[in-house]
Amino acid sequence: MKAKLVLLALLSAGPAFAASEADYKAAYAAAEAANKEAGQLRNQWTTTASTLAAAKKAADAGDFDKATEAAKEAEALAKASIFQATSEKTLWRDMEIR
Amino acid sequence: MMKLRAVRFGFSALALAALVFVLPATAADKIDPVADAKAFKKFFYDKFPKLKPEDFVNGPYSMDEGLHRQWVEKEQFPPYEFAVEAGKEMFTKPFKNGKTYEDCFPNKGIGIRQNYPYFDEKQGKVVTLELALNQCREGNGEAPYSYVRDEMASLTAYMAFTSRGKPFDIKIPNDPRALAAYEQGKEYFYTRRGQLNFSCATCHVQSPGERVRTEVLAPALGIMNAMPIYRSEWSGMGTTSRRFVTCNSQVRGVPFNPQDDEYRNVEYYLSYVANGLPISGPGARP
Repeated sequence: MKAKLVLLALLSAGPAFAASEADYKAAYAAAEAANKEAGQLRNQWTTTASTLAAAKKAADAGDFDKATEAAKEAEALAKASIFQATSEKTLWRDMEIR
Repeated sequence: MMKLRAVRFGFSALALAALVFVLPATAADKIDPVADAKAFKKFFYDKFPKLKPEDFVNGPYSMDEGLHRQWVEKEQFPPYEFAVEAGKEMFTKPFKNGKTYEDCFPNKGIGIRQNYPYFDEKQGKVVTLELALNQCREGNGEAPYSYVRDEMASLTAYMAFTSRGKPFDIKIPNDPRALAAYEQGKEYFYTRRGQLNFSCATCHVQSPGERVRTEVLAPALGIMNAMPIYRSEWSGMGTTSRRFVTCNSQVRGVPFNPQDDEYRNVEYYLSYVANGLPISGPGARP
């Protein structure tokens, strides 16, 4: 019974759900790829760069939970900048003085 | 017979509908700088009916009487004066090969600011005054200046000062590359960017005269006429390049390199639509 309780406590404490270095690396690579695509569209955001830097800093400190979370946020920011660049290809005309 | 008429009517209606769909797209795609400049000026003249056209070159200082009084007082001891003096000295000082900037420009560089930027058909691109100055330096064996530092600001301040009062006279030659550069400049001006989702027009078309925190936004019309500017916020002079780079950063967009195509083209567009308005640079801004 005691052993079962210890096992349950260990499982619910969450180590099984913590991000690993591999998770971080995958998330960071995805974010970097999206930011590179934004760069090709000449539309990177400063916040993507600073969030990527924050992810790297957390990873260097060994905090892969924080690092993975930041990398995912950076990817979302990069994807938003890609969406902006793509949609503005036609939407800019709505603002034009005619 | 009735059936034939109905078919003909059907065809006519279809052709008309096709025209209705096709025409606006064609009109939107046509690049017409003359019509653009006319509409641009009308927009601002209508928005600020009390201002004279030449008032727009003073940016935020033309937006209300209190700010205008500040400008009059500032002009008595202008903060850009040192830059003009430094620029004059630099402009006439010979390079190592004995030549000076005077040798690179028409009329020895005096009173020519209103003709920049221009489209250089040989280079196939827009040449701004800042780029022309560095091309002059490099052509004479000197290292180029930073586009965002004091040396460039001083040189352009002096050249603008000798051109004060002369109306912008930007030409778009009959060259598809020039028209494309103009159109790309226009597109850049109206394109939203950065995490804040702002375009240049968000501030300088939709909101001139309004405040962003403590700053009063300048109208886009005449915004190039005052360059370079002394900004109290910077406690120093700033070039056109510095202004564009800063604008991009302020909306959380990664800025381009100074004098990249986008910046030269947007300067071409903004200068062209201000044709006829006098050069007022160097200017001072809050």
